[in-house]
Amino acid sequence: MSAVNVAMSQDWIDVGATEEVPQRGARCVKKGDLTIAIFRTQDDQFFALEDKCPHKHGPLSQGIVHDGCVTCPLHNWVISLSSGQAQGADEGETRTFTVEVRDGRLLLDLEELR
Amino acid sequence: MKKQKLVIIGNGMAPGRMLEHLFEMAPDAYDVTIFNAEPRVNYDRIMLSPVLSGEKSFEEIIIHGDGWYIKHGIMLYKGHKIVEIDRENKTVTSDQGTTESYDKLAIATGSNPFIIPVPGHDMAGVLSYRDLDDVTAMMLAAQARDKAVVIGGGLLGLEAAAGLQARGMDVTVVHLMPTLMERQLDPSAGYLLQKEMESRGIAVKTQANTKRILGDKKVEGLELENGEVIDCSLVVMAVGIRPNGILGSEADLNVNRGIVVDPQMRTSDPDILALGECAEIDGQVYGLVAPLYEMARIAAHTLTGDDSQSFQHQDTATKLKVTGIDLFSVGDFAEGEDRDEIVLRDANAGIYKRVILQDNKIIGTVLYGETSDGAWFNDLKKKETDVSEMRDTLIFGQAYQGGAAMDPMAAVAALPDDAEICGCNGICKSKIVGTIQEKGLTSLDEVRAHTKASASCGTCTGLVEQLMALTLGDDFSANAAQSMCPCTDLGHGDVRRLIKAKELKSIPAVMQELEWKTSCGCAKCRPALNYYLVCDWPDVYADDYQSRYINERVHANIQKDGTYSVVPRMWGGMTSSSELRAIADVVDKFDIPSVKVTGGQRIDMLGIKKEDLPAVWADLGKAGFVSGQAYAKGLRTVKTCVGSDWCRFGTQDSTGLGIKLEKFMWGSWTPAKLKLAVSGCPRNCAEATCKDIGIICVDSGYEIHFAGAAGLDIKGTEILGKVTTENEALEHVVALAQMYREQGFYLERIYKWAARIGLDEIRKQIMDDEDRRKDYFDRFVFSQKFAQVDPWSERVSGKDKHEFKPIATLDLEAAE
Repeated sequence: MSAVNVAMSQDWIDVGATEEVPQRGARCVKKGDLTIAIFRTQDDQFFALEDKCPHKHGPLSQGIVHDGCVTCPLHNWVISLSSGQAQGADEGETRTFTVEVRDGRLLLDLEELR
Repeated sequence: MKKQKLVIIGNGMAPGRMLEHLFEMAPDAYDVTIFNAEPRVNYDRIMLSPVLSGEKSFEEIIIHGDGWYIKHGIMLYKGHKIVEIDRENKTVTSDQGTTESYDKLAIATGSNPFIIPVPGHDMAGVLSYRDLDDVTAMMLAAQARDKAVVIGGGLLGLEAAAGLQARGMDVTVVHLMPTLMERQLDPSAGYLLQKEMESRGIAVKTQANTKRILGDKKVEGLELENGEVIDCSLVVMAVGIRPNGILGSEADLNVNRGIVVDPQMRTSDPDILALGECAEIDGQVYGLVAPLYEMARIAAHTLTGDDSQSFQHQDTATKLKVTGIDLFSVGDFAEGEDRDEIVLRDANAGIYKRVILQDNKIIGTVLYGETSDGAWFNDLKKKETDVSEMRDTLIFGQAYQGGAAMDPMAAVAALPDDAEICGCNGICKSKIVGTIQEKGLTSLDEVRAHTKASASCGTCTGLVEQLMALTLGDDFSANAAQSMCPCTDLGHGDVRRLIKAKELKSIPAVMQELEWKTSCGCAKCRPALNYYLVCDWPDVYADDYQSRYINERVHANIQKDGTYSVVPRMWGGMTSSSELRAIADVVDKFDIPSVKVTGGQRIDMLGIKKEDLPAVWADLGKAGFVSGQAYAKGLRTVKTCVGSDWCRFGTQDSTGLGIKLEKFMWGSWTPAKLKLAVSGCPRNCAEATCKDIGIICVDSGYEIHFAGAAGLDIKGTEILGKVTTENEALEHVVALAQMYREQGFYLERIYKWAARIGLDEIRKQIMDDEDRRKDYFDRFVFSQKFAQVDPWSERVSGKDKHEFKPIATLDLEAAE
C-alpha cells in the first residue's frame, strides 16, 4: 500500500494487486505531482490514464466507468479509457499509460514514469 | 531399434490422448509405464457432472478400459502416487516404494482444487469437486442429508449444484462476485443464468463471502461475512483449481504457476515433458479440454522427435453441462472504445445475444437461451471474417444472411393483419389500425386507452408507434416519452412502471428485461436505475456503489480542484459550544483552508484531501456528528427559525418540529435533493415558501407547502393543505415525500414532478385519501429501516477503505 520501491524487473514496476481495484472503478498511483488512475472495467480490463480530465483537470478516477469510458465527475466529459480521447463533441486528450497484468499483479512501465 | 522407456505421471485425459497420438504415429517407439494416484483407469472428467446428476454411470464415461492398457503393453500402476523424481539417475519413485527408470518422462499431474482456508474447512462434510471420489462422496451425502451449500458460482460449482439438486438435495449456491460465471459471461447473461437456476429451486446468493463453516466435527451450517447463516450438512467448494506442479518444483524444474514448458511441451529438462492442467505455457495455464488435447497432440509429436509442431493459444468456447440451460461464450467480451457491440435481447423468451466487434471482425460472443449460432459466430471469429456487409443482420444468425436489410417501417407494413403486436393483451395489427382510423386517435396514450396495446409491459411501444406512423402518415410524430438515455428507448416513467410491474430487482435484471441496448449502461442511466431500485426494493436491493456519482460514493462534495467539502448535520440548524469546538479542532488538525456557513444553516469545511476524509469523520463522529448528506440526492437540511422558544411572534415550536422531521427523514434517498424548512410564523424567517417542502406555523396549526424552488428557477411554494397537530404535519410531509420518491424521475426536483402529476392529484392523494396517505407513510418508514445508517461512521470503521487511499505511492529515486 504505502511506498513501493521494489521494481519487479528493469522495465516494470509492481503497483498492487488486481483485486485492489473495484470493478467499474479506479485506484490511483501517486508519483510526486503525477497521479495515475488505474481503471478496471466490468469485464476486468485494466487501463491507466493520468488522473486529469483534459477539460478542467477533474479527477477522472472519481468518475463513473461504463462501456470502456469514464465520465468525469466535474462536468461530465466522457473520456475513452483506451485512447484517452474525449468522446462526442468534446475535444481533448488525457495522457495514457501502459498497464500490464501479470499473475494478478498490476505493472506500470517504468520508462513512461520517468 | 531398442525401445525407449516412457514414464507418465498421471492418468488423466491429456496423457491418455497423448498416448493415442503416439501409438498412431510410432507404435513401437516406447515401452510405457503410467503411475496413477487414482485407483482406476482413464475416464472423461468433463462428464463427472452427468454422473453426479444421475444421467450417466461411471462405466459410460471411461475412455480407456483395462483392455486398452493390455493391448498396448502399458504398465499401469493404479493408486500409486509418485513422491520423487531423480533427474540425475532418471528414475521416479512411488509412495508404495516402486521405482522405475525412464528415458523420457511426462508429468501430467493435473491440478488441485482450491480449498478456502475458512474455519471449519477440514470438517467432515466439506468436499471439493474434482474426481470420481468426490462425486461418490457427494452421491452418498445426497442420500442421507437434505441441505447443501455449493461455494462458487462458476462452471463447476453450478454443475455440482444442479447435480446435487437432481439427487434431491436442497441446494444454495454462494458466490463471491455479483453475477454467476463472471469469467465466461457478462452480467446480463449471468443474470439470466441466475434466474434460471432460481426457477429450478436452487437458491443463489451473490456477493456472498463465506466467513466460516459451522459445526462440531461435522458440517451443520455456513456463515457468511454479513452474518447470515445457512443450514446445511454438506458444503462443496468449487472455487477454482491450482495447477499441481509440486513434483516439478521438488525436482528443480522451472515452475511458475504451473510447470513451465516450451511450445513443444518440454520443461527446463529436455527429457521431461509436462502437459495438461499442470503445465504453464507462455504464461498461461489451462483448464478446459480443447487446449489440453492440443498439448497432448504436440507432446506426442515431440516424443517422436518431431519438433515442427508448436502449441498456439486458442480461445475456447464455454458451455455449461446442465440439461436445459443453453449458454455459450467465447473470446474477448470486454468493452473498449475501439470495439463495437451488437446486442439482441428478447425478454419474453429469455434470450440474450451479444457479439463484440473490433475492426469489423468478431472477437467475442456471449449467447444465452439460444445458442445454435454459437459455432457460426466462433467460425467467423476464427477466420477473422470482415462482417461489415452483414452487420445489420449479423446478430440474427446464419439463417438471416443473404437477404437485404429490411426497412423497419417496411417490415411493419408487411405484417399480416392478424399479426400479434401486443403479446400481453393479445392485440393484433388490424385491431390497432382499425381503432386508430375509427376513433381518429392521434396519440400513443389514446391508443393505449382504446386498445390496451402497449399498456402493460410496454415493450411493443415501438411497434405501436410505427403502426401509428403508418396509419396517420405525417399527422403522427413519435415523440411519446423522451428516452432515459441512448441505452434505451424507454422513458423514465416507463422504466419505473416496469421495474414495479415485472419486479425487477437488480440493474442487470432491468437491462435484460427491458432490452437495454448497451451491456453496461452509461453515466446517465446507471445512477437513475440504482435510485429506482433502492426506492422500490429497499429491503432486497443491494445498492450498486459503482453506479453512484462520486459524491454519494465518498459521502462528501467534490470541489473543482479534486478536494472535498464536508458538512455535518446540525439538526434543525441548532448547534452547541462543544460541537463548534469539535469543528474548530478538526479544522486546525487537518489544516482545512475554508470554513463557511451554508444557506442550509450548517457549517461547511472545504478543501479536504480525499485521503483525510475518514480521519476527519472519525473526529467529527466522536463529537456526535453524523453526515449532513449535503451531497445526496436525498434529504438535505431542515431549516428552522427559533419559533415559540424565543421569538415574540412564534406561534409553534418550529425548531422542535424541524428537528423531528430531520431525525425522521435523514438518510432517505429521493429523486433529486430535498430541502425542507419550518417557519414559526407567517413572517417566514426560515424561508419555507421557496423550499421543496415547507411548513408555516400559524396559531391554529400548520400550513404545509411544497414545490417551491430557489435555484435555476425561482418559484414560490404551492399549498398542500392545513393540519392542526404536529404529528399530522409530520405524517403529511412524510407521505408527500414518499409519493415523490415513488413517482419522481431521477434528478427531477419536486416542483417539476408536481407540475407533471398535477397539484390537485397530489392534494387528493395526500390530504383527502387517508388510507393512501398512511400507506405512503408506512412505506417510507419501512425503507428508513435500511437507509438510516450513518455513512461516515461506516467508513470510519473500514467500509470502502480502498476508496480513500492511493493503491501505491511511487518513489522511483529510492528504488535505484
